Amino acid sequence: MEDTSPNEIATPATAEVPTDAAQRISVANSKPEITPDGDTDQLKITMGDFEGPLDLLLYLIRQEQVNIYDIPIARITDEYLRYLNLMQELDLTVAGDFLVMAAQLIELKSRMLLPRDPSEVEEELLDPRAELVNRLLEHEKFKAAAEMLWSRATVERAVFKRAEIETDKNNPEVAVGLFDLLRVFQEILARQKEEILLEIEREEVSMAEMIDRLRNMVRSAGEMNLTTFFERAKSRRELVAAFLSVLELVRMSEISLVQSETFGAIMARPASPSAESA
Amino acid sequence: MSKAAKATDVETAEVEESSSNDEIEGQREIGEAELKAIAEAMIFVADEPVSAKTIADVIKVDREAIDKVLVELVAEYDGRNGGLQLREIAAGWQIATRPEHHEQIRAYLKSRPSAKLSLASLETLAVIAYKQPVTVPEILEIRGVQSPSAIKTLLDKRLIVAKGRKETVGRPMMYGTSKEFLIQFGLKDLSELPSIEDFQDLAGGSDS
Repeated sequence: MEDTSPNEIATPATAEVPTDAAQRISVANSKPEITPDGDTDQLKITMGDFEGPLDLLLYLIRQEQVNIYDIPIARITDEYLRYLNLMQELDLTVAGDFLVMAAQLIELKSRMLLPRDPSEVEEELLDPRAELVNRLLEHEKFKAAAEMLWSRATVERAVFKRAEIETDKNNPEVAVGLFDLLRVFQEILARQKEEILLEIEREEVSMAEMIDRLRNMVRSAGEMNLTTFFERAKSRRELVAAFLSVLELVRMSEISLVQSETFGAIMARPASPSAESA
Repeated sequence: MSKAAKATDVETAEVEESSSNDEIEGQREIGEAELKAIAEAMIFVADEPVSAKTIADVIKVDREAIDKVLVELVAEYDGRNGGLQLREIAAGWQIATRPEHHEQIRAYLKSRPSAKLSLASLETLAVIAYKQPVTVPEILEIRGVQSPSAIKTLLDKRLIVAKGRKETVGRPMMYGTSKEFLIQFGLKDLSELPSIEDFQDLAGGSDS
C-alpha cells in the first residue's frame, strides 16, 4: 500500500485488463487506478500523493476541470465520497481529516440544494462555498510556496561551502596549554612511582642454585621423586632450570635416574659413591 | 609578554599599540585594498556566514567601508567567472562554490545529495515560514491535515524553532523558522521570500 507513487503513468496494458474492478475504482477517469504490475499477477495501486482532504479536493477540482470559484459541489462531493469508498475498499486507513471534510461537503451540498430564504438579509446571501473556496485557495498558495522552497533547496544543495577548518575550539585534543601537559605528565610520574612500590621482585633462581638444591635434596633424602622436585618450581623459568639441572647432574654422573615401570615415577638417586666423592 | 619586556624595541611597539587603542584617530590607516583583502580572508575562514558588522567590528572600521568593499568583492568574484561565489546568506557573507559545478564537486567529495524533505514537511515549513510565529492548530487550519511528524522532522533538522507560547486557550507553542532555514534555502533574510500573495495567480489560474 505504501508504494503509491504519484504521477504514475498508466501502461497501455491497462486498457486490455478486463476486470471491472479497475473500472469501478477509478476516480475521475484517471488517477488513482489499479494496473497490473508488469508480468506478475500483482496489481499496482496508483494514487495521487494527497497530503490531506484539501489536497484531494484540489486534485478532484483540477481533474474535473471546473472553476475553483464556482465549484459544482454535488459533483465534487460525489467524486470525493467515491474516493473515500475506494480507500476503504482498499483497506487504507481513512484519516479522520478526510471524514470531516466529507461531512462538510455533504452539508454544503444540502445547503446548496435548499432554496434561499427570500427574507434573508443581503449580508447572509453569501455563497455557502465561499469559506471552502478561500481555504482551498489559501492551501494552494502554500502548496506553491512549498514547491518554491523545494526548488530553492535543490539549488542550494548544489552549492558547497568550505569544509570546517580544524581549530583548537573544535578539536579538544589540542585545546590544552603547557600547564595542562605538565600536570598530566606529573600524574603519570606519580602513577609510575606507585607502580614501582607495588612491584614484587621476581624470585630468580639461577642454574647453579637449582643444581645445588637438587643435589642437596637427593643427598639428604637418598631418593627423590622427580615429579615432586619439578612441582616445587614456582614459574616456567624455574621449571626449565629444574629440568636442566636434572640433566646436568645426570651428565656429571652425580645422580642417576631410575624408573621401575613404564610411565611410572622417575626417581633420582645419588650416583655411585665414586662419582659422589668426585 | 616577558620577552617584550626584555626587548626595548618591542616594548615601544607595544606602547604604541596600546595608545592607539585609546585614541582611534591615531590608528594606522588601512587602505581599501587591504580592507578588501582582510574582509575576504575573514569570510574564507568563517565556519558560517559572517556579517558585515562583525567584520567591521574586528577591523575597527566603519560598517559602510566594509559594505563598499564587499560589493566590490562580489563584482570581482562574478567578473572572474571562477569556481567560487561570494554571496549574502542568512544575514552574513559566505564564499561558496557555484551550483553549475555541483556534479564534479559532489563526485570529488564523494557525497550524495542529502535527504530531501517530504511534501508534507515542505508544506508545513512553507506555512511556518509565511505565518510565523504560528501554532500547530493554525498550521492544521491551512493544511487541512495534522502534521505532527512534519513538525518533528523540521525541529530535528533545526529548520524551525519554538518561539514561545501563544497567550490563548491551551497556550499552544508557536513556531518560526531558524537561521538554518535561511542557510539551507539560500536566503539573505525572510524578506527575500516571495510574497505569499504572488502565489495567488498561480493558484487561481490553475484550471485551464
